[in-house]
Amino acid sequence: MITSRDRTNFLNRRSFLELDARGRAAALFDEGTSRELVGPFDRVESPWLAIQDVTPQEDDGCVVMKGKIAGKAAVVVALEGAFQGGSMGEVSGEKMTAALDLACADSEKGILTSAVILLETGGVRLQEANLGLAAVAEIMASILILRKHAPVICVSAGTVGCFGGMALAAGLSSYIVLTREARLGLNGPEVIEQESGIDEWDSGDRALVFAINGGEQRYAMGLADALVEDDTPQIADAVRGFIAKGLPPIHRSSQVELYRRRIGALDTSRQWDPSELRRAWGTNASEEDKR
Amino acid sequence: MSTFTGVRGTAWFRAFTGKAAPTPGDPKSVLAADAALGTDHARFLCVVPDPHARFPCARRGEVGLEEAYTLAARVREVIELDKNTAKRPIIAIVDLKSQAYGRREETAAIFLAAAAAADAYGSARLAGHPVIALVVGHAISGGFLTHGYQANRILALDDDGVMIHAMHKEAAARITRRSVEELDKLGKTIAPLSYDVKDYAKLGLLHKLLHVENPETPSVNDILTVKNEVIAAIADARSKPVDLRSRRESPGALQTRKATILVRARLEEQWSEA
Amino acid sequence: MEQIEFDYPSKRKISRRAHIGVVGSGELEVLLEPGEGERSHVFIRTSVHGFRDTWKAVMDRFFAKYDGVVRIQINDAGGTPGSVMMRLEQAVEVSEQ
Repeated sequence: MITSRDRTNFLNRRSFLELDARGRAAALFDEGTSRELVGPFDRVESPWLAIQDVTPQEDDGCVVMKGKIAGKAAVVVALEGAFQGGSMGEVSGEKMTAALDLACADSEKGILTSAVILLETGGVRLQEANLGLAAVAEIMASILILRKHAPVICVSAGTVGCFGGMALAAGLSSYIVLTREARLGLNGPEVIEQESGIDEWDSGDRALVFAINGGEQRYAMGLADALVEDDTPQIADAVRGFIAKGLPPIHRSSQVELYRRRIGALDTSRQWDPSELRRAWGTNASEEDKR
Repeated sequence: MSTFTGVRGTAWFRAFTGKAAPTPGDPKSVLAADAALGTDHARFLCVVPDPHARFPCARRGEVGLEEAYTLAARVREVIELDKNTAKRPIIAIVDLKSQAYGRREETAAIFLAAAAAADAYGSARLAGHPVIALVVGHAISGGFLTHGYQANRILALDDDGVMIHAMHKEAAARITRRSVEELDKLGKTIAPLSYDVKDYAKLGLLHKLLHVENPETPSVNDILTVKNEVIAAIADARSKPVDLRSRRESPGALQTRKATILVRARLEEQWSEA
Repeated sequence: MEQIEFDYPSKRKISRRAHIGVVGSGELEVLLEPGEGERSHVFIRTSVHGFRDTWKAVMDRFFAKYDGVVRIQINDAGGTPGSVMMRLEQAVEVSEQ
């Protein structure tokens, strides 16, 4: 049976996953309203890669675009998952931090400017270690200020997904948009197997990471705000919707008592089937999940 | 050589507060106490090993689900208590192994737990609480992002047992396909890669490197020195903006974060162009 | 990184610049900009050492067909001659839109 999803994917032309970071960012704006800032021709590359015999990229794997979404001022910061796994270095990190700060400065002057962050990233770029980690901390700090004024929307579509320190940035955001191909988690399978053993997590089990960290699971647990197809117009629509919606009444990461209770209620004597948490936590769980 | 022992956090927590206990009802892995500090009454927080922690992957000083949400709760408590009054300092004493690596953790969304703690610390800072991170041992990766890295000011002991980094050496070697010796060599010329806290200090992120005689069991002198430095850092934080700009405007940053400064300047120029 | 540079005589002025590609493993990015005078300049940085002759062969072939006066910068992480030529041609296409 061919579902409408099959037909969409078959057509491919509208695939968001097929687009690079620049293409994805551009696709989210109102037609003709966007321009790239500090792009490849500005040649602000990482000062740390060439000396380690790693080929740099002129935009350092981070694309910043400014324009309008749903008629409102917005900045999109897109990480290029194909360059160094979308990892955060000094330059890519500061492009994101400074873009958030400029959106905030405009918002404080009365031009509410939302931020959309496209996260295809494994976290900190190990070739830049402490500057990458510091950059993540600074991005987080800037999200906290901007989200007082205007929504910060994180989108992860795959194929890299969002892991490592940047998963904390996603956790701080106003809204999270995920596809089924995306995964959102702090630690990837390999590092868990390495640190805690293969019984804890067999990194060869591909289904496991989707069952636990996958977009559908996160959405069903109420940890993401939209689950979308790999379809550019649908994703752009979801982003538009959240920008139009404005700030949530309370950010997920501020709901400490709710989550403390939820963690306290877990039976830690065993591993759980991820579907148990859909039932226990999910406001977005389907009726089927809830049974 | 720096193996994580998980004893320094408790030692320094006790040095500052005279106690080493969690808030009743809280997990034993998060020490929390209010104590006098100069003319202030400050809240002290520290993550420590708890071999009987409910989560098996968070028993050796890792920051796991319970640790992160407990930190968040204890910080938010302070924000609420001081809502209409003077903002007390919050001191994060840092000696942690890393974040917790486990299936339960991922399933129950540790990324959000970590974000919740960072949210609390950052929100406290933005509300006017001076938040100071005092690194007395290890400050690694997601653990440090959760507990410490949202501070106004970061202080660290100048000692071999202090390590601030994105990933433990052995794991980093494996992933970047280099030997540990090669990593050490790279760290000598590429400051952000170094595991030596003296090199971390060159990056401009650290407010001050503190010399003490005995980092594991601090002497009376050590405690006095560090207390005075923390008090000075609090005063400095109170006198400056509450954001993290000092990390890119410091003398160290002017030397080693030139690209950061260039990016920001370029972005500002181009932001307002028609 | 190995740095490789070439110069070629060129005549036709071009007006638009182009950027193509992502520096993934086995990939490269090309920045193509209008050059000056009657000379094109190519500046290559690659993490794969020892293939200067191969690069020269590809560039010779490219400039045998292409007459624009350009500055080309390539950041390479192991692209094959075929993919290098493809990216150059894509860059030319964008610059002539």
